Amino acid sequence: MSTPATAEALPVSPPAPARVRGRAVWLGRLRALGESKPAAIGLAVILAWVALAVLAPVIAPYAPNANDLFALGHPTPSRAHWLGTDQLGRDLLSRILWGARPVLIIAPLAVLGAAALGSLLGLAAGYYGRWVGVVITRACDIVLSFPVIILYMIILAHFGSSAWNIIGVLTLTKAPIIARIVRGMALDLREREYVTAAKMRGESSLYIMLVEILPNARGPLVVDMCLRTGYNVIIIGALGFLGIGLPPPDPDWGGMVKDTYGMMMVWPHMALVPCAAISSLVVGFNLLAVGLRELGLRD
Amino acid sequence: MARFLAKHLLFLLLTLLVVSFLVFTLNEFSPGDVARKMLGAYATQEQVELLTKQMGLDRPLLVRYADYLRHVVSGDLGYSARFKAPVKDVLVKHLANTALLAAIAFACIVPLSVLLGVAAGMREASRVDRAISLFSTIIASIPEFALGVFLATIFVVWLGWLPGTATLVAGGGWSVASQFVLPVAVIVLFDSGYVVSMVRASMVEVMQRPYIRTAVLKGLPFPTVVLRHALRNAMLTPITVIMLQINYLVAGVVVVETVFAYPGFGRMMLEATLFKDIALIEAGALVAVFLAVATNILGDLAYLALDPRIRV
Repeated sequence: MSTPATAEALPVSPPAPARVRGRAVWLGRLRALGESKPAAIGLAVILAWVALAVLAPVIAPYAPNANDLFALGHPTPSRAHWLGTDQLGRDLLSRILWGARPVLIIAPLAVLGAAALGSLLGLAAGYYGRWVGVVITRACDIVLSFPVIILYMIILAHFGSSAWNIIGVLTLTKAPIIARIVRGMALDLREREYVTAAKMRGESSLYIMLVEILPNARGPLVVDMCLRTGYNVIIIGALGFLGIGLPPPDPDWGGMVKDTYGMMMVWPHMALVPCAAISSLVVGFNLLAVGLRELGLRD
Repeated sequence: MARFLAKHLLFLLLTLLVVSFLVFTLNEFSPGDVARKMLGAYATQEQVELLTKQMGLDRPLLVRYADYLRHVVSGDLGYSARFKAPVKDVLVKHLANTALLAAIAFACIVPLSVLLGVAAGMREASRVDRAISLFSTIIASIPEFALGVFLATIFVVWLGWLPGTATLVAGGGWSVASQFVLPVAVIVLFDSGYVVSMVRASMVEVMQRPYIRTAVLKGLPFPTVVLRHALRNAMLTPITVIMLQINYLVAGVVVVETVFAYPGFGRMMLEATLFKDIALIEAGALVAVFLAVATNILGDLAYLALDPRIRV
């Protein structure tokens, strides 16, 4: 950014109070979260899963891929295996705990990627307008018009599915939605006085977009990112269920359902347990999103 | 109006071209040889090369793409390597099955979501509203395959009331009609969660308008206010959302079709991609995108028809 030399001489407020105020604002926000019941419950569910995932190596009773051959005959929940074992005699509780890790890493990472890419595209489309805007909007429309699940199948079946490929595909397909939201807000915000003021100061376009416009588009973006994380968890599960998710043998919730679904009539618990795990995590994200929206409307 | 249609149809054509080219190029970069896949592991290298030549796969990409386009325009979609039949026949058969499933689901989703959405939105923050909102949030949070597993556990494993698969072949004492119950239930539950919240949000907004207050204040009974004054305006925004569901119902039900082994379009696409059946993937992708953009245009048209204030 190009700051004029005269700006150095102007009295600048010391940075320390600003930071303290920032922390107070965040503490206030956290307390406000408690005011909305859905937000509090959602956050509690998510944090519980995060804690379980982080502590998996400590609290999981067995190694996630260890087979207990004696359990094969009686895979139902017992004292040795609280949630029972799967078709290969692997402890379900341990696999659920370890399986929380890839989901909780991939889903938020993909959302962050989509938010970064989508914000940049949306800002550029909204701020520059004209042909840049038209090209970006049209490109986004094309990606959005494609039924995503079929897009995932085509791409992942071709490039093979690894954690990075899933993150990449999710990022690419979610970015246009974020871009659309940010573009709408950028179109509105670029007419504001503080943007004009920044232009007069001689700030670069990049600075204006990232520092002046983006922070003001934050509210709706945070709610949307929360919803997207939940959707991503669903998609990662669905990909696993379709057999194009994370490669075995490491536990992946969707893949666990796929492997045991055929045994539903005999041992329904093998598919029920991972289904319950994935559903509860998504409920957590969606409740948090509902709560955040509620709080946002009240302000 | 004519300009509106022309513009949208042009975009539809552009999208189809871009997507078909992207899918075509994507197949180019995929590892694994189509000829090798068709002939199996025990074919000699000469046989593989001969088939590659016969299928014209040794020519440059752009030449083959132009060739492909020429064939598509003349109505020839190619031959499916996975199903060993012309792509057109395979596609029509599976699309018809999915269309049946989608139509039944759609016929349930629309009245159900409008009813629940209006009931929740007509008195914001009431007990009914809270209950319906919570229900739709939770239902929309459960992945389709998990919903399928939950429902199958209850109605197939425990109660034994329904069959767990929907292969469309009567067998095991189950009629074809009974096979539809669970897949339709999963789709309706998963999808209506989203549509209900859309209808509710729109209804809440309309109920705050001055003309509703006027209607209430002049002493009209509440049901009349809701049905005669609010409903039509409240349906404006959700109609686009509802039209978009058609797209999901046809192309997005891959998971449900896989859960219940339903011989539909989505599962056909999954099998095609896993088998690298290029001709079928191409044709299926084009159909999916066509449906998506076409329902988008229909949604816009429905919006125009309902709202007399908008003219193009």
